[in-house]
Amino acid sequence: MNKRKTLPYDETVQCVQCGYCLPACPTYLTMKRETHSPRGRINLVQMAAEGHLSLDELEEPLDLCLGCRACETACPSGVQYGKILEDARGVLAEYKGNRTSTPLRWIEDKMFQNIFPSPKKLQLLTDVIWLYQASGVQAMVHKGKLNHVLSDNLRAFEAVLPKVSSPLKRRKRPRLFKPPIANTLQWKVAFFTGCIMDAIFEKINRLSMELLALAGCEVHVIGEQTCCGALHAHAGRLDDAKILAKRNIEAFERLDVDFIVNNAGGCGGMLVEYDHLFHDDPQWEERAKAFVAKTRDISQVLAQCELPLTKPVNEIITYQRSCHMTNVQKVTTEPLDLIKRIPGVTFREMANPDMCCGSAGIYNVLNYKESMEILDVKMETVKETTATTIVTTNPGCLLQMKLGVQREGLSERVRVVHLAELLAESAELL
Amino acid sequence: MAYRKVDEEILQQVRGIISDDKRILTEKQDLIGYSYDASFGVFLPELVIQPTTAQEVAAVVKLAYEETIPVYPRGQSTSLSGGPLPVEGGIVLDLSHMNKKLEVVPDDLIAIVSPGVLTADIHAAAEQAGLIYPPDPSSSHVSTIGGNLAENSGGPRGLKYGVTKDYVLGLEVVTPQGEIIRTGGRTVKNVTGYDLTKLIVGSEGTLGIITEAILRLIPKPQATAALMAIFDDIVTSGEAISKVLTSGILPAKMEIMDQTCIRAVESYQPSGLPVDAEAIILIEVDGHARAVEEEIREAAKLCEAVGARSVKIATSESERANLWKARKMVSPAITRVKPTKISEDATVPRSQIPAMFARLKKIREKYNVNLVVFGHAGDGNLHPNIVADKRDKDEMKRVEQAVAEIFEAAIELGGTLSGEHGIGNMKAPFMEMELGKAGLEMMQRIKESWDPKNIMNPGKIFPKPGQRLNLTEG
Ligand SMILES: Cc1cc2nc3c(=O)[nH]c(=O)nc-3n(C[C@H](O)[C@H](O)[C@H](O)COP(=O)(O)OP(=O)(O)OC[C@H]3O[C@@H](n4cnc5c(N)ncnc54)[C@H](O)[C@@H]3O)c2cc1C
Ligand code: SF4
Ligand code: SF4
Repeated sequence: MNKRKTLPYDETVQCVQCGYCLPACPTYLTMKRETHSPRGRINLVQMAAEGHLSLDELEEPLDLCLGCRACETACPSGVQYGKILEDARGVLAEYKGNRTSTPLRWIEDKMFQNIFPSPKKLQLLTDVIWLYQASGVQAMVHKGKLNHVLSDNLRAFEAVLPKVSSPLKRRKRPRLFKPPIANTLQWKVAFFTGCIMDAIFEKINRLSMELLALAGCEVHVIGEQTCCGALHAHAGRLDDAKILAKRNIEAFERLDVDFIVNNAGGCGGMLVEYDHLFHDDPQWEERAKAFVAKTRDISQVLAQCELPLTKPVNEIITYQRSCHMTNVQKVTTEPLDLIKRIPGVTFREMANPDMCCGSAGIYNVLNYKESMEILDVKMETVKETTATTIVTTNPGCLLQMKLGVQREGLSERVRVVHLAELLAESAELL
Repeated sequence: MAYRKVDEEILQQVRGIISDDKRILTEKQDLIGYSYDASFGVFLPELVIQPTTAQEVAAVVKLAYEETIPVYPRGQSTSLSGGPLPVEGGIVLDLSHMNKKLEVVPDDLIAIVSPGVLTADIHAAAEQAGLIYPPDPSSSHVSTIGGNLAENSGGPRGLKYGVTKDYVLGLEVVTPQGEIIRTGGRTVKNVTGYDLTKLIVGSEGTLGIITEAILRLIPKPQATAALMAIFDDIVTSGEAISKVLTSGILPAKMEIMDQTCIRAVESYQPSGLPVDAEAIILIEVDGHARAVEEEIREAAKLCEAVGARSVKIATSESERANLWKARKMVSPAITRVKPTKISEDATVPRSQIPAMFARLKKIREKYNVNLVVFGHAGDGNLHPNIVADKRDKDEMKRVEQAVAEIFEAAIELGGTLSGEHGIGNMKAPFMEMELGKAGLEMMQRIKESWDPKNIMNPGKIFPKPGQRLNLTEG
């Protein structure tokens, strides 16, 4: 294989190695070496492309990158780090695929190709989780009787999983949410439900749609949509990501709406870059661009509407930004505006608010130790705010922050909610 | 020179010194991470160590001295002259993790800092006490104070407030023999013996490793004001610079951007700059509120009198920030033209700025290179930058020649090779041109008596026999 052709060499040459990105990078902060800095990773990709480094040697430094893309925002030279990372991971994935076929790889394949893209299978998986939670097995696990079944990292996440909605409730969700009074119609929107979001966080999805309706939107749920493909793209499975993107573009072309609204920072970050996937395919690129032009985070839509935020929330609130919302979608002010609109709220920004919490897709599961080190740094800054509620805008961050609260022994005093939940609370939708 | 290689036996000894194995890096990926800086060339170290105390540094250096292994101090590697590059292999000491101490003593107007503290953090801490630490390299949010001290870094505020060396009262230094010494002290006045503090500042890590510094702080100016003056003729802008500087006003900053810069910035992020102008000057004054108001108006008048096309005084804090935004945009804007940036900082006496501009214009044409000029006009510290593509060997050859001629021009006009970025390995070949044979030999003798085995950051400042500027290899 001619590596120079496939590794994103030209993009790496754009880096002038000024180091301006170093202070922005969470892994450089916690792992304390160039190897795990943006400048270091870009250089390693370049060295590999020039043949000074093997793909095996490139693997770990790239695996340990969160993909939070804070470095991209900090870079004055406009280096496209996200593209370098994704393309390099693509080359690695292909190389690994050719080389081995371990059981883990088989599971990964199944997850990526079968579970995430299939709402039915995800529903089934969620049913199992529901059964597990509702049947008392979870309680037994927590009492320590079955604890040894799960590995450390899975045990940690299992403990902070929200109570999922019952199968019946999930399946009976309407496909259309209408504004309360017919003549207040603002926009016609389609809701992007996401895969994990719609399974485990179905409640947040439902509240989001109800909020949009309350704000005067007619909200449609398009059945044919599928997973956004972010996890696939970040793992270097660009072909899989393209297939999913095409399915979504086709699905949302079916209905003429003003906006395609999502409520998960990570998914949104993927959706707004659908056009990048097809830069060598003009026809799809065109369609992707139309899709991107309509894509909005829920906070962008709600911020422009009248929301009846009537019930005061008398709490100290801090906001953990989703990296992909901040650095990729560049949605930064709207969530804050909305939080501050709620009566009773005392808002307190944490130090270094843009730093990733270490969730980063499934990074926290795959690289548990490294992720927890990043989370610990984050939690220090959270504690300084003395907040009683942490607001997030992405399912991964939500779980991660819950885990952080638990690790710090703050579960009694601090709760973690999605922005939609907080707004719903004040709008008395709960 | 016969240096010993880092082998298993040496590693074993290093493990005895550095308690935590995580701070001893030997993997290839890690070594590559410490093989470059923001200038040119790639040189792999054999070992990277991340010490956290002066004692660890001293013990490692002692070992290196006994075994004759080169040692290279390193901050965050933002050097533009090759300063921290391990050109002879050996050990890189990553000092960026020695960042625990940042103590401001307002009553003494000093700060005591570890070498790995970021310069911007010192700015922030000083400001909390109503003080400032004036040296402000553009890289201050990334670069370490140790790197600043070793390079004697400057910045836009250098015009009024001077450079790093003007704010150092004392140092703790590990000598090439691995001993810990202290120079200077906490007092503003100190004339006891040779001024080793000033000798070490700007020595680019060739005389020892700074493990602590005592810095001088000054009261924060009450007010600031800024203006932008636009010129149709770059020579007129040069006249305006001298006019302002001789009028009794001492600006805090005075920056210039040439037409190529203006155009690059405009095509990168349009902000209404006049693309047909030949130059823009930005002036900032600080001090007492009323004086500031008067001085900025006076400066505006002077620019107009000389022949500025227009002058705009910022009327609010956000307008002021906006004026500086254009200047900040220069670096990123020009790297979008072409990816490889060669930043020079040749400096000339202020009266020679117009002449230097003329020379630079000729060099740009003669070698057909993308040469852009901006920089600290007020102190003659220009930043001629060439943007090229390092993959294009032919272009890089022309760049090499152009860079050499920039240095020649600066020296012919009574200037210097470097105003703030240091010599490193890049400019070493030109040292004799500026200092003369005897001058360079005197410096060399100092180096030899400090470091007879030449283990401390070898390959920097002093050229090897026959060494030439090379941008096409490595
Ligand atoms: C975009 C950009 C803008 C810049 N702007 C400016 C500017 O405005 N003004 C300016 O002056 N410079 C500027 N620089 C250059 C650079 O940032 C400075 O030279 C800075 O001081 C280097 O600090 P560092 O921590 O990165 O040191 P490094 O680059 O790691 O090292 C620089 C030198 O210091 C030595 N060194 C480092 N730490 C120690 C120590 N503790 N003891 C002894 N020696 C040590 C090294 O051996 C090396 O010779 C800029 C660089 C970039 C990339
Ligand atoms: S994406 Fe995030 S973790 Fe990865 S290099 Fe950039 S800043 Fe660091
Ligand atoms: S900020 Fe940009 S150009 Fe500078 S080192 Fe980082 S990626 Fe490279």
